[in-house]
Amino acid sequence: MNDIKTQIKQYILENFLLGVDANKVADNTSFIGKGIIDSTGVLELVAFLERTYGIRIEDAEMVPENLDTLDNIEKYVRGKLT
Amino acid sequence: MTAVKLNSAVLDIDPQAVADHICQRLVDIVGRDLRRRGVVVALSGGVDSSVCAALSVRAFGAGRVFGLLLPEKDSSSASEDLGRLVAEQLGIEHIKQNIAPTLEAIGCYRWRDEAIAEVFPDYRGDWKSKLVIAGGIDGKFNYFKLVVQAPDGTRQEKRLDHKQYLQIVAATNYKQRIRKTIEYFHADRLHYAVVGTPNRLEYDQGFFVKNGDGSADVKPIAHLYKTQVYALARYLGLPEVICTAKPTTDTYSLPQGQDEFYFALPYQKMDVALWAHNHGIAAAELAGSLGVSAEQANYIYQDIEKKRGTTRYLHSKAVLIDKVNEISPFA
Repeated sequence: MNDIKTQIKQYILENFLLGVDANKVADNTSFIGKGIIDSTGVLELVAFLERTYGIRIEDAEMVPENLDTLDNIEKYVRGKLT
Repeated sequence: MTAVKLNSAVLDIDPQAVADHICQRLVDIVGRDLRRRGVVVALSGGVDSSVCAALSVRAFGAGRVFGLLLPEKDSSSASEDLGRLVAEQLGIEHIKQNIAPTLEAIGCYRWRDEAIAEVFPDYRGDWKSKLVIAGGIDGKFNYFKLVVQAPDGTRQEKRLDHKQYLQIVAATNYKQRIRKTIEYFHADRLHYAVVGTPNRLEYDQGFFVKNGDGSADVKPIAHLYKTQVYALARYLGLPEVICTAKPTTDTYSLPQGQDEFYFALPYQKMDVALWAHNHGIAAAELAGSLGVSAEQANYIYQDIEKKRGTTRYLHSKAVLIDKVNEISPFA
């Protein structure tokens, strides 16, 4: 099940990190804090997660605790899938 | 050293001194640096462009200020009337050009409506629409909702995914960019400079379109909080209806306050929050002043920083690979 984290990391590297060293993204790196994902980026990320995992992300769930780090996203997506 | 305190007087200005300073700088910048003979101001009917026009008249005289009224299909007819009222009061030459046919021809409405119809398949050209911001001040990510209203008054709203969001914004940005093209036509024709009319909130937080309303030769009120712009409006004797107007975007067909679209707080509170953030005031103290929780005040500060981050791209001029030392901008 570590696939989720790998898949999401791959997506973020390909879509948001043009010109940024991939090693700078650890599992607990804050995407907002590091300026990796902005308000447009978060919409893109949400669309990716909904599409890839067949989940529906509610407005109230668009909080940093669910989406701001790889760890958080993995935990959140796993929670939605169970 | 005395610590800076947040109180109701922090945004007070001496309007005469501020107006004198701006006018002196305008003359220096436009005449001496830019070597232009006057200014073009597009009048939206709002307080910012009205104050910029009035300051320009004080600086250069009415004979060297050219006003433009640039309505389109979705702008309110009241805006055009207010713009004209200001132009007439100031005694400046002005013309109206309806930009709807240009926007139609370039595909502004078509691209926008296509994106809206992807979200609401029933949507037709006679429906009204607007974008509404949500999330930021609750500690969530900022995201946008699309609100549509059918001719019978039924409203629906839905969160946008990035593709439709970007396309709707890109299409509506045509409005500001076409307006700017017309402003520069008249500036070139008259050998004038173009006045940009953002206030500090807009300039700092990125509430403008790059190469649209963000483009100009001089921005006389970009350092002033919106509250201070209203104070200047009253000092300059602008019509009461301008001095008390609520800021709107006037860009979408449904009525839309600027706070709904972008700032998430009414301008009076946004001014206080931005001032407090700029002066290192603790979130707890801001919370007391705005009547929100300390946690929410903290989210407001975070939101200001997030928007500053995305605004850097908007402010950025074309970036060179290597410096060309021989070319330097005006200070």
